[in-house]
Amino acid sequence: MYTKLTNGKVYDPVHGINGEYRDIYIRDGYITRKPSSNVKIDQTYDMKGKIIMAGAIDLHTHIGGGKVNIARMMLPEDHAADLVSKTELTRSGCGYAAPSTLTAGYRYAEMGYTACFEPAMLPANARQAHMEMADTPMVDKGAYAMIGSDDFFLRMLASKKDQAAISDYVGWIINATQALGIKVVNPGGISAFKFNQRQLDLDEQNEYYGVSPRDILIALARAVTELGIPHPLHVHGCNLGVPGNVETTLETIRAAEGMRMHITHIQFHSYGTEGDKKFSSGAAEIAEAVNKNPNISIDVGQILFGQTVTASGDSMRQYAGHWHAHPKKWVVMDIECDAGCGVVPFKYRDKNFVNALQWAIGLELFLLVDDPWRIFLTTDHPNGAPFTSYPHLIRLLMDRSFRNDMLSTINKESANASILSSIDREYSLYEIAIMTRAAPARSLGLKNRGHLGSGAVADITVYTEKKDKEKMFSKPDYVFKDGELIVRNGKIVKVVQGATHTLRPEFDRGIEKSLKNYFDKYQTMSLGNFKIDDDEIVEHGNGKIIVQPCM
Amino acid sequence: MDKKSTITAAMTKDVPCPFCGILCDDLVIENKNDKLKVIENGCPKAIALFQEELPETSAKIKGKDVPLDDAIDSACNILKNSHTPLIAGLGTDVSGMRSVMELADKTGAILDHMHGDALIRNTLVLQDLGWMMTTMAEIKNRADLIIMAGTDATNFPRFYERVIWNEQSMFKLKNDDREIVYIGNKLNTKSGVNPNGKRPTVLNCETEQIGEIISSLHALVSGAVLDVKEVAGVKIKTLQILAEKMKAAKYGVIVWAPGELDIPHAELTIQNFCETVKYLTRFTRFAGFSLGGNDGAMSAMGVCAWQSGYPLRVNFDKGYPDYDAHRYSTHNVLKKKEVDSLLWISSFNSDIHTPHASIPTIVLGKEDTKLNFKPEVFIPVSTPGIDHTGQIIRTDSVVSLPLKKVRQSPYSSVHSIIRQVIERM
Repeated sequence: MYTKLTNGKVYDPVHGINGEYRDIYIRDGYITRKPSSNVKIDQTYDMKGKIIMAGAIDLHTHIGGGKVNIARMMLPEDHAADLVSKTELTRSGCGYAAPSTLTAGYRYAEMGYTACFEPAMLPANARQAHMEMADTPMVDKGAYAMIGSDDFFLRMLASKKDQAAISDYVGWIINATQALGIKVVNPGGISAFKFNQRQLDLDEQNEYYGVSPRDILIALARAVTELGIPHPLHVHGCNLGVPGNVETTLETIRAAEGMRMHITHIQFHSYGTEGDKKFSSGAAEIAEAVNKNPNISIDVGQILFGQTVTASGDSMRQYAGHWHAHPKKWVVMDIECDAGCGVVPFKYRDKNFVNALQWAIGLELFLLVDDPWRIFLTTDHPNGAPFTSYPHLIRLLMDRSFRNDMLSTINKESANASILSSIDREYSLYEIAIMTRAAPARSLGLKNRGHLGSGAVADITVYTEKKDKEKMFSKPDYVFKDGELIVRNGKIVKVVQGATHTLRPEFDRGIEKSLKNYFDKYQTMSLGNFKIDDDEIVEHGNGKIIVQPCM
Repeated sequence: MDKKSTITAAMTKDVPCPFCGILCDDLVIENKNDKLKVIENGCPKAIALFQEELPETSAKIKGKDVPLDDAIDSACNILKNSHTPLIAGLGTDVSGMRSVMELADKTGAILDHMHGDALIRNTLVLQDLGWMMTTMAEIKNRADLIIMAGTDATNFPRFYERVIWNEQSMFKLKNDDREIVYIGNKLNTKSGVNPNGKRPTVLNCETEQIGEIISSLHALVSGAVLDVKEVAGVKIKTLQILAEKMKAAKYGVIVWAPGELDIPHAELTIQNFCETVKYLTRFTRFAGFSLGGNDGAMSAMGVCAWQSGYPLRVNFDKGYPDYDAHRYSTHNVLKKKEVDSLLWISSFNSDIHTPHASIPTIVLGKEDTKLNFKPEVFIPVSTPGIDHTGQIIRTDSVVSLPLKKVRQSPYSSVHSIIRQVIERM
């Protein structure tokens, strides 16, 4: 069965197609070449006046796992104004910053997204993260296993185990937790907090293990490289939110020593200490470093004004941030000598100097980093803002006069402290297609996603071209998932499940011997039960697994 | 063992036990012709429930044996004709709870767990001021001061063996380095004696007074002077000594069991624990730990929260989830007649008291479920972790375990029965 999308204006950066009129053919869930003229086209959609892009991909969004569920349970007030009724097709749910899984899946699809990746899956909590992702319909999912404060790894590093053994462990973790990548959060700092350390800079040592965040970053980045994991080490650096952390972040970029590294929600790590309030933008220096170092990619973690909740693995920094909780309640957890988490509700205010400058810093980063292939559009959902604010964020990037209008409404001192008003750049649709489709797919190693060439999975989003880009991106006309029409005029017309993307890197299984011994001695579950079988996702979840190739 | 039995017996290792919230997963289970024996690591509870010989039974309508199909049809009819069903008990695994959520959404039901009263005591604290919590492996390897507040953990028989008294810990913490303290009424403190004979500190008081004692400790650690001779019958000197120990602890933990704090406004006592923990964390490390989660309570809570957005006690009557921790309790909605049918689920335990209400009632229960009334429909269901595989969430709401199938059962899982109900509606 062939489906044809005709007369549409196509943006497909992987193939250098920048707003050209092209017909797209779909067969059995995939995009295919134009069939010979005697082949019957079963269905044709006239896309006149429409923009066609691949389905959007969010490579950093907290959609599943314990900390998100804590946020849901803790914040009934978040849900009260966002109650979602069941329909003939869809289930009920609720939530603004911390939506229920089903609601999150529907909203992503209705916004033209076809894949979302949970960036902080604690190995100890991986099974639940997969359960929640399995209950997030419409989109493909995947997760990065969060290590770097886990006792087993820190022990290896402290006892100077060779890199091959460390890589074996990382490979084992990816397999055991069904992950698509490796994330490190406040390297060693989550562990240090359990030993009552309250801060940990790049070259400070975790007091118990005698290893520094730099040691951890290098060991993990090497492991990721050696295992051939497509997505670079996903780094939530030291000192999140601390004024002056721009220096730490620049040093972290240098610490990568040319190895590929993805620095996430970098906005929260781009703060200087200049000015009367000892809080200033470090965006220009960060952007310069990113521009100069092609091994580095970033996502921004843009903040947008309003109430949200911050949910992070960084228990050390979340504890430090709890004094600013709004409303005044918060959760911090130490988890299984493996990781931790912190959930702190927060309200970003446009008249607050710091919040307004955070807003400007994020936008400065977007506009000062030259290469859209190495910068991704995120709000670190829900930490900077809920993912539903992406269309607004896209308008801020594409529409300079709108941006300056917004700039004129924020805290005056912050507006004056920012160089934002002097930046003329406006993102093009082509660049938006790169940063929300082509680039994240490439970064994650999803070869047949994020583009519209023959052989690509037919995850396709169609918009009506509008001057108001917020309106345009809020409500796609059509969304196709695996070739099926799932959204029409911004509303779900068919519910699909989506798949879970994983990797199976090769590693020396000999590592299981020491892991078994370790689990038996110290852990509260057995090694065998720690590992997540495919069946648990497919049989007890409700999706399929797609194993992506390693490099 | 004779030769014959080695041929017919199957041995399964690392079997997780679903019968209490700490989910020990090191059981060795032998299956001989579908008769189970716990060979290693069974507590009395696990042995009783794994080795239980279950009577053969059948689906029933008003007490009369019927084919399963008829019972499912009858359950469908009851739910279809019901304006607001109550789906309660919820003693099931993650898959079972997933199908319950779908059914509740479809039928506009109210949801509550059989341990709902215990669950909301914690929820109310989480939703008011939050907390700092820890998990089992952290306690096992790190905790040097463990305050058992109102619980002796008897309902979690291997808690001490699995978590407290260890031959080895990651950070070289020895058994003698651990200080155990009990606060409460008539607690069995024997398990708190360490293997070398070191005895725990015991502060006796009524359960209602635990909050008072903890608040006094909170005041003392913050430097306040209490101008009294005793608090709740405990000498101030004893409290001062304990306060000093709390300040000196490197990693202290306050353990409570919400189900055992059966007092009015237990949430205020729990909040006292949590606020004391938060205060101590200003200068040292402390955390809370909640012991509960029997009968799949944490799975029910977790799945309800991620699928509906709210923790338990949710009503789908209006087409969207409406949360009210008090109003939607089983007791309250039955008493106030806010529901007109009841679906009761208990697949781990047959001793749970099924409410007898004067509304059409469907029971999905274990084969040997004892009822003092004849429900409209009874459907026997298999037990997760014995008769079918599954997943279940531990008391800390962080770790979950894969459940194994170690026996053939003629009965279907809760998940499978409810799926059939949904499909026929």
